[in-house]
Amino acid sequence: MALTGLILFNIANSIAVLVLLSLGLGVIYGMMRVINLAHGEFLMLGAYTTVVSANAGLNLWVAMLVAAPLAVGLFGLAVERLFIRFLYGRIIDTMLATWGLSLAVVGLITTIFGTTVRGVSAPFGGFAIGGYQTSVYSWFVIAVAAAMAAGVWLVLRFTKFGLIVRATMQNPDMAAALGVSPQWIYMMTFALGSALAGLAGGVLAPVSGVSPVMGGAFIARAFITVLGGGPAIVTGTGLASGLFGSISEVATFFTTPVFGQVALLLAALVMIRILPQGITGSGLTGRLLRRSL
Amino acid sequence: MRPFRPSRRGLLQSAATLAGGALAAPLVARHALAADAIKVGSLLDLSGPIGSSGQAMHATIRLAVDELNAGGGLLGRQVELVNYDTQSTIQLYSQYAQQLALKDKVAVVHGGITSASREAIRPVFDRYATLYFYNVLYEGGVCDRDCFCTGTTPAQTVNKLVPYALETWGKKAYIIAADYNYGQITAKWMGKYVRDGGGTVQATEFFPLDVTEFAATISKIQQAGPSVVLSALVGSNHTAFYRQWAAAGMKDKIPIASTTFGLVNEIATIAPSESNGVVTSYGYYEELSTPASTAFTKAVRAKFGDGLPYISELACATYEGFKLWAEGVKKAGSLDRMKVTEALETGIAVDGPSGKVTIDHATHHVVRNAYLARAAERKWDVFQSYPDQAPADTAAVCDLIKEPKLSKQFVIDVKT
Repeated sequence: MALTGLILFNIANSIAVLVLLSLGLGVIYGMMRVINLAHGEFLMLGAYTTVVSANAGLNLWVAMLVAAPLAVGLFGLAVERLFIRFLYGRIIDTMLATWGLSLAVVGLITTIFGTTVRGVSAPFGGFAIGGYQTSVYSWFVIAVAAAMAAGVWLVLRFTKFGLIVRATMQNPDMAAALGVSPQWIYMMTFALGSALAGLAGGVLAPVSGVSPVMGGAFIARAFITVLGGGPAIVTGTGLASGLFGSISEVATFFTTPVFGQVALLLAALVMIRILPQGITGSGLTGRLLRRSL
Repeated sequence: MRPFRPSRRGLLQSAATLAGGALAAPLVARHALAADAIKVGSLLDLSGPIGSSGQAMHATIRLAVDELNAGGGLLGRQVELVNYDTQSTIQLYSQYAQQLALKDKVAVVHGGITSASREAIRPVFDRYATLYFYNVLYEGGVCDRDCFCTGTTPAQTVNKLVPYALETWGKKAYIIAADYNYGQITAKWMGKYVRDGGGTVQATEFFPLDVTEFAATISKIQQAGPSVVLSALVGSNHTAFYRQWAAAGMKDKIPIASTTFGLVNEIATIAPSESNGVVTSYGYYEELSTPASTAFTKAVRAKFGDGLPYISELACATYEGFKLWAEGVKKAGSLDRMKVTEALETGIAVDGPSGKVTIDHATHHVVRNAYLARAAERKWDVFQSYPDQAPADTAAVCDLIKEPKLSKQFVIDVKT
């Protein structure tokens, strides 16, 4: 019984981590069809902002929840103005540009901070489910992931900004004719996606090995989740995280970590074969979730 | 007699020859000058995921070269270090290895960090007859007369760590290791020593290097309830295991012994609350307080500052490996590969920061000290030392005295 509870808790944690890793990417890709290959480095920058500002004496919560999204959001804003805005609609070019950006960011961070940095440890400590110890911090990770997904959904669904954003994504020319500046919306959306990546990096920093190349370990999972989710950003990313998170966690627990990774990739392969446009884009689920966000 | 009528082609040819000769002249001259310095090659990752290991190694080999030059050099000549940053990329290892052997024509190459990189460049140096030193602790078994391995192998360290863990904490072990040749082979050695000590291995799990989530593993370990966790996890992604382990409140419940923890910079980067109590065994620790060790760390820190990562066995063995080679050259009185190899095979020894290091003829490995230490407040508390440990694992399969023509890595058949 306690073991079942523990496994369920681990699954929830694993899903939450996937949501954190992929939501920022989902916002940028889903809204603008820009494939941000530097997404892993955006996460890394979030982690570094948290670690460096916390070590400099900033309160850990402020460092994680405020400093990290703010810094990476501003960084994303600059990136959009300097590179991305010239490349909208040119998928291959944006991939190349963001890949170059990821190399540059890794190099820059290595130059400034070296290859290792003193990390921060997770607050709270552990708690027991039956006879099993697990981490209280995981509750926090789950809470942040849920809040992030709910926040993005609420903004898109109920605010004027969300309405304009959705309109721009559907038909930028018509939106422009109605007096909206698509340039402005793209910029804000890119900054929002970057900020979400920064927040995710910050929240995961205390339970990760923080190094300039940490982004590489996250990027594949984030992409698989976003592509598996399909066009509806929040619902798609959430459902894909749920599916992939559960499968890899259960496979890891009952077999080995190697097979856990294999199972995730297999699940993604099968799913893309059956639902080429992702969960919310094709098949029965696509029709059911056609109007979802 | 025909009048001399140079053809156009002939004229062009002789002009080209003349010009070529004029251009080549300074090249030849420069070469003659450069021959005065002995070139020593170094292949280390100074950037990328393995960069933090390579930086400390690069620092100590530069220190060794500088000290040698300050003392008058080698065979009356100065020594010049030719280093290429292999950027944690195997492809660059092969490329630069050829460059060192064929273009720079170095007398010896020190380098390689991961076992994969060593196996990429060892054949290159065999082919082009270049002496090669691998100064890193590894899984053991390399048997190659053109190569010397100066780091520790499992018989020297794992064989100290595992018995200590079994005696101190109990007989049930849970092994977690990185999923590539080092982790796979080291896990086998761990299993062997656990059984030799009368213990049982509850499970052995391997982790690809990009795994960052360890919640499921932490649950499985608790389900098994071992008396000790033996870890051969590698790389900064795997550091997450120790943090998630501590976050789950497991650190004071089940102790961890590791063959890799702290080799890079973990002890400085993760909090004491996450690292305190982890026990490791290496051939050297920066905290070692012998006069030779203190003088060495002082010299390194004075030259390269406190920004340099931890001075681990990797950095120390690189320094000692270079010194061993220099002693070999002195004894041989020559840079010739065969003469230096034969000189080294006489059992040359140096007194390094870790203590006495002696070349073992039969295996081309070294007899050296091993230590046990416990992490305490971002430092290693060295609490046990084992003098003059022989590379018994490799010695069981490799005898270069009898079969000097061997050039392979034995995968030592550990009974599982």
